[in-house]
Amino acid sequence: MVQPDSDEFELRVNGQLHRLDLPADESLLSVLRNRLGLTGAKYGCGEGLCGACTVLVDDQPVRSCTARASLLAGRSIRTIESLELNGRLHPVQQAFLNADAMQCGFCTTGMIMATVALLESRPKPSAADIRRALEKNICRCGTHHRIVAAILRASHGGAA
Amino acid sequence: MSARDLRADLPPKGGSHEEPDIEFERYELRESLPYLFDVDRRSFLKVFGTGVAVIWTVDQAGAQESGGARRAQGAGRPPAEVGAWLHIDEHGAVSVYTGKVEIGQNIRTSLAQAVAEELHVDPASLTLVMGDTTKTPFDMGTFGSRTTPFMAPQLRKAAATARELLIGLAAEALHADRAHLDARDGRIHHTITKRSVSFGELTKGRRLIETINEPALTPANAWTRAGQPLHKLNARAIVTGTHQYPSDITRPGMRHGKVVRPPQMNSTLTRVDTAVADKMTGVTVVRDGEFIGVVASSEYAADQAAFAIHSEWSAPKQPSRAELFGYLKANPTGSGGGGNRTVGSIEEGLRSADRTFNAQYTVEYIAHVPLEPRAAVAEWQDGALTVWTGTQRPFGVQAELAEAFHLPPDRVRVIVPDTGSAYGGKHTGETAIEAARLAKASGHPVKLVWTREEEFRWAYFRPAGVIDVRSGVTRDSRLVAWEFHNYNSGPAAIGTPYDIPHQRIQFHATRSPLRQGSYRGLAATANHFARESHMDEVAHALGLDPLEFRLRNLKDERLKAVLTAAASRFGWQAGSAARRGVGSGIAGGVEKGGYLATCAELAIEPGSGQVTLGRIVAAFECGAIVNPDGLRNQVEGSIIMGIGGALFEAVDFDNGEILNASLADYRVPRFSDVPPIEVVLLDRKDLPSAGAGETPIVGVAPAIANAIFAATGIRLRDLPLAPKGVLASATSQAPV
Repeated sequence: MVQPDSDEFELRVNGQLHRLDLPADESLLSVLRNRLGLTGAKYGCGEGLCGACTVLVDDQPVRSCTARASLLAGRSIRTIESLELNGRLHPVQQAFLNADAMQCGFCTTGMIMATVALLESRPKPSAADIRRALEKNICRCGTHHRIVAAILRASHGGAA
Repeated sequence: MSARDLRADLPPKGGSHEEPDIEFERYELRESLPYLFDVDRRSFLKVFGTGVAVIWTVDQAGAQESGGARRAQGAGRPPAEVGAWLHIDEHGAVSVYTGKVEIGQNIRTSLAQAVAEELHVDPASLTLVMGDTTKTPFDMGTFGSRTTPFMAPQLRKAAATARELLIGLAAEALHADRAHLDARDGRIHHTITKRSVSFGELTKGRRLIETINEPALTPANAWTRAGQPLHKLNARAIVTGTHQYPSDITRPGMRHGKVVRPPQMNSTLTRVDTAVADKMTGVTVVRDGEFIGVVASSEYAADQAAFAIHSEWSAPKQPSRAELFGYLKANPTGSGGGGNRTVGSIEEGLRSADRTFNAQYTVEYIAHVPLEPRAAVAEWQDGALTVWTGTQRPFGVQAELAEAFHLPPDRVRVIVPDTGSAYGGKHTGETAIEAARLAKASGHPVKLVWTREEEFRWAYFRPAGVIDVRSGVTRDSRLVAWEFHNYNSGPAAIGTPYDIPHQRIQFHATRSPLRQGSYRGLAATANHFARESHMDEVAHALGLDPLEFRLRNLKDERLKAVLTAAASRFGWQAGSAARRGVGSGIAGGVEKGGYLATCAELAIEPGSGQVTLGRIVAAFECGAIVNPDGLRNQVEGSIIMGIGGALFEAVDFDNGEILNASLADYRVPRFSDVPPIEVVLLDRKDLPSAGAGETPIVGVAPAIANAIFAATGIRLRDLPLAPKGVLASATSQAPV
């Protein structure tokens, strides 16, 4: 092996098509951060265990650090950068902000994307639903209770 | 008040300063600071241009906080050493400069509140420039819960001085008596004529500099902006993903780096073959002594190139985890550890006791696991180096870089963007140095982000330790003897707050099989775990309620207050019999000026022995509260972090290799591990504010250990308590 194989394909990110020439096994996270400049998804572990890199692929939360970008041609990828519209925060972003549900904030974008997926499939989750949905997202600063409270508020009214 | 011209001398101010009784951890100071940062008046010209500046000089306080180490070495130097400064430009924009860094503890916001309080402006209108070795004054580092007790008062004095200075200028401009003038929202208002003048109108075209005198500060009970809940000032950038953490920084022409490492620590390179990587397009292989790294145009290509390098290493035989505690006791270094104290005579105390007890407690190495691993972007320009990196010691890392590259410090700039947490784990500059070495070789700016595995293998750990305790009590349940020996884990909070006439307390420095350093609360957790577990053991042996036993042996009213407050909120019931498999525990303590009590309730699953935390209640008192909302966040966060170290976190290692260098194998708390938590804050507006980012962690482990005993009758003396459940721990632990 001298250089890895690469393939040209199209990736749809936040509604925009990107023509990319990539090694077949490059991660979606690497593509987003290093090639498309979308650094809202974070590298925390590289093995799909911390959730800091969570983005949505066809509305499902996906750990972008273990997803191969080349396999996602034709799929719809959404990142944190797509949520704010015309200067208006997404209700989940607003809820995290209102509840001050962050400390260092490094897990926050992944938490928000996982929450967006949850609320799109289950608009009024219970606290237990929320905790289950976020079990794969690590917050090392220990902001868990505020995060759950923020999401409950966002989903049961009064978020924005 | 008269403002001095910029070219005038800046003589040191006199004045006394009370140095609180807070010890530095030896690990926090293990690295020397060989370098002397030379802030002088020329720096002000460069940084400020025009406007009004207020500086706080270190000599005024005589504190070691911001310049003591330098002062000690800087004999014969001019004493105009600057600890903090504040600048108001000619548009009235207020900038505050501090060498402290934001790592999630929320000081960007709480320091802004402190300044806003004295300057009578909206905290959100302030710009805080933090942790930039070119722009901010020297600071030893962000650790030891020292920002709130030390930096905040400095900035408040700077802000109050600025306010008085502006009022003086307004008095001239408005031909008014300064007694009728007051600052509000960026203007000086005349209370009678209702005329006003903006900060910008007052500072326009001026070049004024004022050293801080001792202005009157607003007492805590009159605070309107400080002391209030306030959301994180840059929260919007965080929830939109636009905040640039160190690992998000990019530079024009930037390349990506990767370092080739051995499997074991303390390895020596014996053979390396870089032929394959050398042939890769766009790849630079860097070799310098034992250092092997690559630079490539993408992160992916850098990974591929590093993987293609074949290296062989040899390493000496090194201790395994199984022999850790024996190793620590058998390998004293003999160096003075600090923290030793003797009260009365321990021999006499033990002789006068009716009953004596002894027990050994152990604590494993644990990892910080900051969610953002170490990261740095290094850029060389005309022989000068700039590095963006996440560290708690920007000036320390600047010194490390200067030393590594044989540069004068003023050719090295370290900038710390608000960082994805640290918890004491980012005092050092490994990635900064590596990125700089790679950038130097490649001729491009280089980004290096450690993988999670590298973070586990090559960062440092919270020290492991062995603690031996011997105690003696009289028939009326009074402690009369207390002997406490800590091997390796550290001297923080090694003393006892209980009222005991005969004490011998010693810290024993030892060799450490693994690289170790600071951690949130550091040894205070180990020492509280041993002490508060032992208190519980003695109480049960005497048939006394653990809370009652503590209060009976305590004179410290602040500690009594938090114990009582926690017990009351928790619904602690004295003498209540333990229910089978369900139990409650209590622990209290003092560290870094904060007083803490923690109650835990838990259930043990029959059969598996798994621990399920039911709830945790903590009472915390750290003097006058600056930001109650931020404080709650810090207390809850400390408790949750403490759950991991209490129940299941431990670094596994053998012969110089970390065996659980993955989040799959090293477990940290997740949502399912976090019980309901209640935080009771005691606000003592009559007392100076202490830091709060660390101390609330120390009660978690002993409260849980004591609750496990209450639930099962099993006394666990080793942290983590129950990585595989209580029953597995009970059978694996050696009887004492």
